[in-house]
Amino acid sequence: MRDVAIVGASMTSFGVREGEWVMDLLAEAGRACIDDAGIGSDDIDHLYVSNMASGEFEGQTGIPNALAHDLGAIPAYTQRVDQTSSSGAAGIYAAWQSIASGASDLTLLVGGEKMTHRTTGESTDIIASLTHPVEYKQGVTLPSFAGLTARNYLDTHGAPREALGHVAVKNHANGALNPKAQFRKEIDLETALDSPMVADPLRLYDFCPVTDGSAALALVPAEHAESYAGEFARIAGIAGATDTHVVHERADPTHMGAVAESGSAAFEQSGFAHDDVDVAELHDMFTILEVMQLEALGFEATGEGWRAAMEGRTAREGELPVNTSGGLKSKGHPLGASGVAQAVEVYEQLVGEAGDRQVDADVGLTCNVGGFGNCVLTTLMEAGG
Amino acid sequence: MNSDDASGGADGEDRPPMTAARYEDGSLTCPPHPVGPDGSEPVGEVDLSTHEADVVTWTTSHATPPGVREPNTLAIVEFDVDGTPVRALGQCTTDEVTVGDTVEPVYVPELRDPDAGIRERESQRWDGYRFRPVE
Repeated sequence: MRDVAIVGASMTSFGVREGEWVMDLLAEAGRACIDDAGIGSDDIDHLYVSNMASGEFEGQTGIPNALAHDLGAIPAYTQRVDQTSSSGAAGIYAAWQSIASGASDLTLLVGGEKMTHRTTGESTDIIASLTHPVEYKQGVTLPSFAGLTARNYLDTHGAPREALGHVAVKNHANGALNPKAQFRKEIDLETALDSPMVADPLRLYDFCPVTDGSAALALVPAEHAESYAGEFARIAGIAGATDTHVVHERADPTHMGAVAESGSAAFEQSGFAHDDVDVAELHDMFTILEVMQLEALGFEATGEGWRAAMEGRTAREGELPVNTSGGLKSKGHPLGASGVAQAVEVYEQLVGEAGDRQVDADVGLTCNVGGFGNCVLTTLMEAGG
Repeated sequence: MNSDDASGGADGEDRPPMTAARYEDGSLTCPPHPVGPDGSEPVGEVDLSTHEADVVTWTTSHATPPGVREPNTLAIVEFDVDGTPVRALGQCTTDEVTVGDTVEPVYVPELRDPDAGIRERESQRWDGYRFRPVE
């Protein structure tokens, strides 16, 4: 297997992109990534497109072929990758496989979603369609899973409700420094804790927004990376795992089994230890998920993850900065783009292009979650060059 | 498969059971699956609608999708079937529910409007059970 490097990255502004549709967003990110990597579109061997539901959101299918045409990448092999909210990292996995296997010498991955033209209820329903029929007929949504789990977590571990508010405050502070984030404003703890109730005990600021956006990565064999870029990032480990489709069947609802499985495998593949990780992007679709991922990945002991944001350990100045991009919470969550955008942030941190959000980082981690922990990928990246 | 222990519903009326599958290792799941946690096929069924359960956790959703009541109070509950635990998720009949409450399943012919959401009406059933606190 060949070592794989990322030599270019891009993302569009995330937010409400009125009048622009999924193909517009994908093409914008794709072109920007081609420019960033300094590659020719006709040199692309494989083109992967991470997207959850363009057919359901806007009636546009066949986006891989359409994007290959729009980018001038014909006759590249192309494929859509759908793994719900973890489609982005699943695309990274497919792109990594294409290079590692030798099937491709230059792969472009573009993830994106157009959502905001739908009402919040409609978007929530499209996302909730991933649930089992016995869940769907009860009106279950992903936010309601978060409410159920947050209550269970807080009760089980004696954690204060304010702990989750600190996650929101931290990620909004980071997002305020990200020119491409949907929400670029800091909030205080009182604002988070007094915001409208959405899924008891979780309030508005515990949830990510509905978002339009796209992000892209260019991948090549690591042995060729220096011919593309002086600074690059090597994919040191990547692994995915699944948990039960029916969420209430998990033995411990507060433990993200697929996060633990994928994290353990990715760490083993990379050879890195937890102490080696300098920065992490976690899937904070809901504040409680950042806490649970810290625990399942092994950064925090079970039942102790809620302390991390409260004590400042996951702040930009902390021992493990988490979601320097603002996370899904502040940056936004265009489903198919999010896993790619997590890697864009870590890439920019590793190559020193994170601007005001820059931290000292040689090794970074991303964790991208589909469903409510149903499908998960963990990726470890290392600075190269 | 042995389904002798599945009945027609809580009060013996003409309503579907709230079916849990039993697997070779004795474990139960609700809903039933083609294979259980141990990888074996179901060997029997249990009707949970005749049992009481305890609330493990709950939430009230104030932002519900098309066709779903608002607010929508949901709970994960745990049944004890002869010493074997099995959990289920469902709507509650009231917003006044707390962790540890004992509840009983109550049959509802239509839990949400099958024509309002994205999923096809004919692709699944829409009836089922809500959980009502036991006085």
